[in-house]
Order: sequence, then structure tokens, then C-alpha cells
Amino acid sequence: MPKIRVIIAKPGLDGHDRGAKVIARALRDAGMEVIYTGLRQTPEQIVAAALQEDADAIGLSILSGAHMHICPRVMQLLRDKDMQDVLVVVGGIIPDVDIPKLNEIGIKGIFLPGTPMQDIVDFINRNTRSRVEA
Amino acid sequence: MVTNMKTAAPGAVAAKERQRSFTTISGRPVNQLYTSQDVASLDYERDLADPGSFPYTRGIHPSGYRGKLWTMRQFAGFGTPEETNGRYKQLLKAGGTGLSVAFDLPTLMGRDPDHELSLGEVGKCGVNITSLADMETLFDGIDLAAITTSMTINSPASMLFAMYLVVAEKQGVGWDCLSGTIQNDILKEFIAQKEYIYPPRPSIRLITDVFAFCAERVPRWNTISVSGYHIREAGATAAQELAFTLRDGIEYVQYAVDAGLDVDAFAPRLSFFFNSHSDFFEEIAKYRAARRIWAHVMRDRFKARNPRSWQLRFHTQTAGVSLTAQQPYNNVVRTALQALAAVLGGTQSLHTNSLDEALALPTEEAATLALRTQQIIAHETGIANIADPLGGSYFVEKLTSDLEEEALAYFDTIDRMGGMVAAIEKGYPQREIAESAYKFQQAVERRDKIIVGVNDFVSADETPIGTLYIDESAADRQLAKLNEVRTTRDNDRVRAALDALKDGANGSANTMPLLIEAVRAYATVGEMCDTLREVWGEYEETPII
Repeated sequence: MPKIRVIIAKPGLDGHDRGAKVIARALRDAGMEVIYTGLRQTPEQIVAAALQEDADAIGLSILSGAHMHICPRVMQLLRDKDMQDVLVVVGGIIPDVDIPKLNEIGIKGIFLPGTPMQDIVDFINRNTRSRVEA
Repeated sequence: MVTNMKTAAPGAVAAKERQRSFTTISGRPVNQLYTSQDVASLDYERDLADPGSFPYTRGIHPSGYRGKLWTMRQFAGFGTPEETNGRYKQLLKAGGTGLSVAFDLPTLMGRDPDHELSLGEVGKCGVNITSLADMETLFDGIDLAAITTSMTINSPASMLFAMYLVVAEKQGVGWDCLSGTIQNDILKEFIAQKEYIYPPRPSIRLITDVFAFCAERVPRWNTISVSGYHIREAGATAAQELAFTLRDGIEYVQYAVDAGLDVDAFAPRLSFFFNSHSDFFEEIAKYRAARRIWAHVMRDRFKARNPRSWQLRFHTQTAGVSLTAQQPYNNVVRTALQALAAVLGGTQSLHTNSLDEALALPTEEAATLALRTQQIIAHETGIANIADPLGGSYFVEKLTSDLEEEALAYFDTIDRMGGMVAAIEKGYPQREIAESAYKFQQAVERRDKIIVGVNDFVSADETPIGTLYIDESAADRQLAKLNEVRTTRDNDRVRAALDALKDGANGSANTMPLLIEAVRAYATVGEMCDTLREVWGEYEETPII
């Protein structure tokens, strides 16, 4: 069975990368191929990395409150490059009021503080299977 | 509804212990009982001594908190300088005894609000300060001679400190009357929080320039707050927090001595900043071990002669990472217990987190409750009336010695690598911390470590609490203000000041006077930082997972 390929990215100016690194390891331990972009990536850099790596999923770690700027931009760039089949998930501090807005632009996996790693692994497994096997 | 998902194993017998093994939150095994045998090798005068005496294990003041309570210093900042100025006045009115500035990410990273990377970040995680005009607003109506201020700023620490000095100048307050702290600790940024701009060596030069400048001109200012807080938040154990923080301290002292400074001229103004996590006794022991280690380092390794150089003074913040988004009122209890540990450990100042900080920056009500928590500890519990009340406890003394031993072993490893800068370049502390963070997360997933409301005692139907929401209006107002500053200032004077800064950075001049002149001309944080970027370049880390 081919491995699921996941880009873990930290967009924006924030450097608090504990969550991004822990989830990168958890996904790798769950058998996925994980590419961690490192810090301060622009949406353009993240989408370019996803294209180059033929990623099945992109995980964005955002704690700073900049998600309503970053997420729509990432989704737009994916559409521009005809990459809508790439799953996008977000982890971090996302106020309740913003969750429906993110759902609306196509981000279904939003993981708030305290989420078990296994839940994220399961979600990515479930939602990338068709792309990986295509 | 609260459900306890943990059930007793069938057929469990009474003599059996609750768990297979008992460990601290850092994974350190603890015994069932500690006795005099565990502390047999300790010599009271040599290893503990009365509070106020070398090696200060029991505290740096002979009377503990009887002379003066710790400073209740609540970290605050959001949106525009106007909004944050309002919050400061409210905190001071509520009995806060010092200010602590939280800057937003563009300020922390030395970017103006109109830079592309600032998009969506202005005023979000703290207050946005772009030029002297913002700093004047931030402290409007607050007498800088009457308060002490802590500023959490690292890469652009000298720039923001220069702004503070110029605001004082404009208020007519002499620099020798100013008291406060700048965090100014770049090593922990490379290790943990990652808000770095320049490579390590020029970054440390900025810091030692501040040491030298303050020794002459701002003698009561704490020139650095060597921080373990962020190292712990990134996932370090208590021993790693202790070891990496103090080893960072050693690195700064070494660089300053190598730059030709007399150790006793700057060492009394060094201060530290630790986390207070949830494992009660481990934290208390950590603070006690920190004082003992530092006293020996300064006296024996650096041959400091002034006892004030030997004394480790520290600020504490309760552990942000321990706060849960679930059942947020539980955070009040966590914070109170962590604050209690910090006080029993002899902290000089304390920030208590607000109950809503796993969700957002705190509301005014939540911030006030956090301050009240400290006031209750100070005035109702009686623990501030006795210096080091836990001194002599078999367990606390053993744990203090064990943490010291573990920290010293880390010192040896890092010394062998060639010091902390070399260790950072090899990714050593970063890797150690990432490993601890992952192990802890796995322990939580296995429910070896219980977090109430998260992996046990979960409530199915939680009512959300109201939180502070910061919209985009702060960014719009800061952009407008930036444009106004750029059109009303003397741009020739700005250009000349920035050119002089560039020349100074290329040479060996102290950068502080050059930055002060740029600030007086209303140069922005971004302009000053970009000038130095041109000279020193930017640091990029190799990501380690």
C-alpha cells in the first residue's frame, strides 16, 4: 500500500513549533511520509512544497491568530494549481466563531488544543485514502 | 456530565499500588518515602545555608518575603498601544505592582506592519509597537520613575529598550532612576521559541552591548532575563529547563568577559525567568537547585567577588502549556497551585496565567482573577511569612540535589561540544526537548499521565466561555499611524542615524547609543532591524523533528 504523504507547515511569524513537531512524529510513527517545512513559510511556499512533494495532505499549525489570512490564501493557491484533492487540516488555537468560516472554504479537519494525536492520524487516513490509491 | 473513565482492575488487591511506577511530570521516578538517609551527604552550611547566605539554596533574602513580597507582574499587551495603555492603567489600579509588555509577532520579529509577513499578525498576540510614537502612547500617563517594567523582547530588545529610554527622557525621568527588565535572551530563541533574526554571534554582541551600556548609564536595569520558561513550554523536562537556562547564562557571561567586561560590573544585573509547571515539589526543588548552581558557577567558574553576582534572582510564570481549552475554569486551580510552588521556591516576581489563555489572549475579568490569585497567596495563606518553609524536607532536599546533578551532567556535555552556541548549531538542545515533548504526549495518549478534563473526567456538554477577539482594526490603525510617522518625521535625520548604525555594526562600536539616536529620529523597528539584517544576515535553522 502506498504511503500517505503529508506536508506539515508553520505559516506566519510564530515560532512555537512544539505542536507541529509532535504531530509530525506521530504521523510518521503511524506510517506516513512526513515533510516538515520548518518555520515562517508563506502560503506560496507551502503550496509549492505540496506540489513538489506530491503531498496528499497539508497540515498547518497556527497559534497566532493569523489563520483567517493564511488559510483562505492556501486554499486559493491550491485551486489555482488544480490541487483541490489535497486534504488541508489545521491545528492550533482557532476561535469557535472562525470554525464555520474555515469549513466553508473547504477545511474540514480543525484540531484544537487537547486533541489526541490518534484522532488526527485517523482523520488523515480516512480522508486521503482515495487520493493515495488513485 | 462528568465521567470517570478509569476503572479499577478486576481483582485488584489493597496492597497493590495505584500505578506500576510513580514519576514526576518530567518522568523522574519518585520513591514512596524519603528519609534522613536520602540527605545524609548534605552539609547544612555548605549545601543549604540560611537564606541570604551562599550558596543561597534557601533564598537570597535573609527574611524571605517579610521585607518585600514578590512583584506581581502580569504580562499584558494586545492590539494598539492605546488599548494596551488602558489595560495597564486598569492592572495598576487593581494592585499590580509592575508592568510587563507583551509585544505582537511583527514587533518581536522586527517587521513593520506593512511587511508581507505581518499580514494578519498585527496586534494579535500582543501590542504592536512600530516607532517611538507608539511607545509614547503605551506609557502615556504612567510615570516611569514610579513603576518597574519588564519587556518580553529578544531579537529587537535593544531597539525597544532604546525607545523606553527615550520615553523616559521625554518624561524628564533620569535613566539612573529607571528599573525593569528586558528579556534580551536570544539563545533560548534558537533553542525553543524561535523568534530569532540574526545569527547567534552578532545576536550576542547586541546583548553584551546592552550589558556594557547599562553598567554605565542605566545601573538599575536588569539587562537580561535568561529564560527557561520557553524551553519548558517547548516540552523540556524540569531538569532540561534548569540545565539549558543556566548553561545559556554561562554562555552570556563568557561572551561578556571575553568582550572585556569585568564580571562584577554586569553580573549583579543578570536575572532569570523560569516556568512553574504542575509537578509541585519538582518545581520548588528546581528553583532551589538553580540558586545553588548559579552561586557556584559565578564564584568558582567566573571568580566573581561581589555576592550580588552570586545571587540568582528570577521571575516566574505559571505554565501556559498546562492550561486546557476544555473546562477552562480548572485552569484557575492549576495556576493557583503553580503559583504556590513559585512562591515556596522563592521567586522575585510572578505572572499568573488567566483561565482563558488556552483559547485566546485574556479578557480583563480573567486577567484580574489571575492577579487576585497571587494576592490570596500573599495575604491569606500565610506562606509568605516564613523563608523557605520546605527547607529540610527529606524529599525536597533530595530532589534539589538530584536536579542539580542532572543539570551539571548537561553542563559537561555542552562544555564538551564547545559551549551553548556550538550545541545549538548542532541541534543538541532542540533535539533533547523535542524528544521530551513527544514522550510526554505519548504518556498522555496512553493515559499514563492524566490531564483532568482532557484525557479523563471529560465533560460531554461544556458551555463555552466568552473570550477576547482581536479583529483587524488594530492593523488598520497601526498602518495609518506608521504612514503618519513617515510623513511627519525628518527623514534625512532618520537616514543619517540608520547609516551611522550600519557603520557601527560593521565596526565594533556599542550599538546602543546609535539605536537611541535612530529612535529619537522616529526610525521604525523594521527599519532599524533591516539595517542590521543588511550587515549580519538572517539565521535559518535546520528543522529537527
